[in-house]
Amino acid sequence: MDLFTFLKPKNELEGSQSSAESMPFIPDSLWVKCPACNNMLLASDLQENHRVCTKCNHHFRMSARERIELLSDENSFTEFDSEMISDDILNFPNYKEKLEAAREKSGEKESVVTGKCTIGNMDVVLCVMSPDFMMGSMGTVTGEKITRAFEYATENRLPVIVCTVSGGARMQEGILSLMQMAKTSGAVKRHSDEGLLYITVITDPTTGGVTASFAMEGDIILSEPNALVGFAGPRVVEQTTHTKLPKGFQKAEFVQDKGFIDAVVQRKDLRKTLSTLLIMHNVKENS
Amino acid sequence: MSAYDKVQAARNSKRLTAVDYIGKMFGSSFFELHGDRRFGDDKAIVAGLAMLYDVPITVIAIEKGRNTKERMARNFGSANPEGYRKALRLMKQAEKFHRPVLCLVDTSGAYPGIDAEERGQGLAIAENLMEMMTLKTPILSVLIGEGGSGGALALAVADEVWMLEDSIYSVISPEGCASILWKDSTKAPEASECLKLTSHDLFDLGVVERIIREPSNIDDRKMFEGLKMLIARTFDKNLALDTERLLQTRYARFRRLGSHS
Ligand SMILES: [Zn+2]
Repeated sequence: MDLFTFLKPKNELEGSQSSAESMPFIPDSLWVKCPACNNMLLASDLQENHRVCTKCNHHFRMSARERIELLSDENSFTEFDSEMISDDILNFPNYKEKLEAAREKSGEKESVVTGKCTIGNMDVVLCVMSPDFMMGSMGTVTGEKITRAFEYATENRLPVIVCTVSGGARMQEGILSLMQMAKTSGAVKRHSDEGLLYITVITDPTTGGVTASFAMEGDIILSEPNALVGFAGPRVVEQTTHTKLPKGFQKAEFVQDKGFIDAVVQRKDLRKTLSTLLIMHNVKENS
Repeated sequence: MSAYDKVQAARNSKRLTAVDYIGKMFGSSFFELHGDRRFGDDKAIVAGLAMLYDVPITVIAIEKGRNTKERMARNFGSANPEGYRKALRLMKQAEKFHRPVLCLVDTSGAYPGIDAEERGQGLAIAENLMEMMTLKTPILSVLIGEGGSGGALALAVADEVWMLEDSIYSVISPEGCASILWKDSTKAPEASECLKLTSHDLFDLGVVERIIREPSNIDDRKMFEGLKMLIARTFDKNLALDTERLLQTRYARFRRLGSHS
């Protein structure tokens, strides 16, 4: 990335593939332009501030690993199923290459990282989706890993926290990716029926099959500020209805106003908020 | 028939719609129940009680409409959140009276409207997926035309899922897939092949249990009688299971789809 990459603020989904938003942190680029306020930020300041713009509070996207580091107690994260990879079941054109590129870009094997950790010394199962891996699209491995994480949590009577970011189901895995919505929902329901806590943290953007399954199934649904959250993407809605979208449409604050999000939480407060909620649900300290 | 021929057959405006199936199989025994008791009555979803021979069942169907006027009234079979909530209300009612639930699915997808989003389309679908997985009564879903993504799945978490031979079931429309993949929605025929969305593809992938022969016309009495008998036999079998076994089997059915080791 060169020093002054000028990026027009775009529709979040459109920009997701190419903008600085989704670029992993590159230590040798000194400056980053905030897509919201256009200010140039010192990359190290941005990193220091958990990738939140120091001028306008714009929340940049965050890699799965950065988020795990942000939320979990130091060195407490143990990953599950880290070697699980998608096979190109349908022999879909260019899918193998896409997977390869996504692995390269994100450093992850799939679009979600799952595992257990402690937060405020309390045991939790934590699943974090990756914006750098095909924009968190839900394939069969994504669904399988999330399902296994919930099954583990049910068996060990642990709460689950899922941080979502997703463009939706992964069309390259066809109907089997759609089936992951049912599969994960089933695992969430079994966890819930055992009286266990599930907290969703919605981050920008969360749409499609993930919104219409586990993202909306939390006992408590939190969101980062200004995150896009919806079932149909804004462009599809605009094209279908031929109507100008209302101001703030599908943004976290708007969706909270409509009654579908419990609280919008600043990134800097996220870890403490989660820890407080865990305490309120009598989650036991790690012994 | 190519995959795209199937797509066109599934969407054909002369194709029988859900109310035709209800009329042919249940006749005047069908009693429609309206509304979600929260917001309104979504006409894209037709639901009610019917007699399957001597057994009362709950029928929930997505209806596209059979002519222009009906199609407008039915929103072309694209449900809003209140449609899915009506479906869920009647599934819960069926559970209370231990009535089996028959879902007939025919939709290009859940409605992507401003109002639909504002009223929680994603949540409405998500709640159905969760609740259907543990609904303590047998559920059978039959795809009779288009099975469009999450909007179809919201009525297809069932003990068994069947497809009419020329129906389709897909994670995305072939046009949508083609425009993302090749920036060209006219390549829908190629996308249809890639997506593996025909009844035979889905049977091979283990996503559906049974393929149903197409009725050759609206008066194909033998076909409807056959389908009705198969439905009755399946409900009989599942009503005989104890609830725990029924739900365990339903969970396992979805659990194995796209599993990895
Ligand atoms: Zn800024």
